Amino acid sequence: MSEPHRYGRYLARHPAWVRLAVILALLMLWEIAARFWIDPMFISPPSRVVASLGELFGTEGVPGALRITFGELAVAFAISVAIGLAVGLAVGLSRFGSRSFMPIILLLYGIPQITILPLFILYFGIGPPSKIAFGVTHGIFPIVVTIAAGVQNIKPILMTAAHSMGANRWQIFRWVIFPHMIPTFFAGMRLGMSGVLLGVLLAELYVSSAGIGYFTQMFTQAFDPAKLLGLISVLAAMAIALNEIVRRAEIHFGRWRME
Amino acid sequence: MSGRRDRRSRLASRAVQLGFVASVVLAWYLATAYGHINRILLPNPVNVWHELKDVLASGEYLPDLRVTLTELAVAFAISCISGVTIGYIISRSAFLIRVFEPLLAGFYSVPVILFLPLYVLFFGLGPESKIALGTTISFFPIVLNTIAGFGYVDKIFITAARSMGASDIQMFRHVLLPAAFPVILTGLRIGFTVALLSILGSETIASLAGLGHHIVSLAEAMEPARMFAYIAFAVAIAVLLNTVVSGLERRARRT
Repeated sequence: MSEPHRYGRYLARHPAWVRLAVILALLMLWEIAARFWIDPMFISPPSRVVASLGELFGTEGVPGALRITFGELAVAFAISVAIGLAVGLAVGLSRFGSRSFMPIILLLYGIPQITILPLFILYFGIGPPSKIAFGVTHGIFPIVVTIAAGVQNIKPILMTAAHSMGANRWQIFRWVIFPHMIPTFFAGMRLGMSGVLLGVLLAELYVSSAGIGYFTQMFTQAFDPAKLLGLISVLAAMAIALNEIVRRAEIHFGRWRME
Repeated sequence: MSGRRDRRSRLASRAVQLGFVASVVLAWYLATAYGHINRILLPNPVNVWHELKDVLASGEYLPDLRVTLTELAVAFAISCISGVTIGYIISRSAFLIRVFEPLLAGFYSVPVILFLPLYVLFFGLGPESKIALGTTISFFPIVLNTIAGFGYVDKIFITAARSMGASDIQMFRHVLLPAAFPVILTGLRIGFTVALLSILGSETIASLAGLGHHIVSLAEAMEPARMFAYIAFAVAIAVLLNTVVSGLERRARRT
């Protein structure tokens, strides 16, 4: 066995290393392209972006804007989960309710909500309330739809069995519906989180006189790509972290069903 | 017996739906006609209806609609071609799938709308930045579904076709493509929907023309009735396009 062959076999069994190499190669390409080919007015090499992170956080208002955005995400997510859970259960637990209101909910879900973003600014102003409200409109529908569908997917035989063994409504909810709902609940939370992220970030970028939108526009107009890329990277990291938390929770709490 | 009861309950559901919609419109009308609600915040539905008729009759929406649809068509074409091609190449090797699929899925979980300021910096406020954003967003579902479609064809079909002496072209035409096609179609439909949404969104946030831009300019001009009319128009266009694409998907799936 020659040496290169062994390395090849090792890599074939560990694709994570190759994945890492691909990411590093892309970063390198970006670094070289930004240093030697592309106008520095438009793009900064990753090394300079990282170096300017300190300066970015030193810019007056940026840490505050990031903190406010995080707060908006948290509040919008909490409201979406609370209302989404209540509506999803109310609609999903009764056949009549789901038949009557599900079409309306799906119709509203299908509307491109971005078209009504100016209305939210008109009603709630340019501060956090409008961004929270817009985040909630994006987060609530996937949660309602997932929970309503999950509640309805419970096998009728389990309900019949519980009934015939004399369970009352509360007992059925506690011992049949509730355990079945947990995986659905976390699946809905994951979809709701990506909705909330989209809604809040859209509204933040739309309002250019305050918050994140103000700074992205300022850095764009000042042709300061290092800070712009830094701000975007910080927000992307925030989004990835939040998505990852709910995804881990979904895997963790959804496990019992697969076993 | 149960059939009749079922029908009656279905009728009751329809009645509840109609009643809900009617009461919303009625409440809207009464609040704006008799309540003390600021006209700028909520225009009267009758006014909105007149404005909508005026917009449709005058045809003034045509230039904006053309901009939006052109951006959508270009973005979707680019992401279709690149997504399906790259997805097919990756799907040809189990190793490439294991390297690239988690990578692409990871990128997909970043809200792509964050790239908009960057694209505006690169490409300006015109249609190019919208096309770039629409392409970026729709590329991921298309490439991921293409990988899933071509990459996870049941091995037994491939072995059977090989042992019966299928050539590469025959293998592609009669085994791989029919197996992958429905999955790819789903990716294309999702890609279309998110491209449309992101293009409307980026027009709303920063642009010079397009339906989203027009809605914002009416909001800034404090013409709420006309803005509501345009919102209704944009929503109708989006729902129509999505319905057409879903219909095409269902049709292609059947044949």
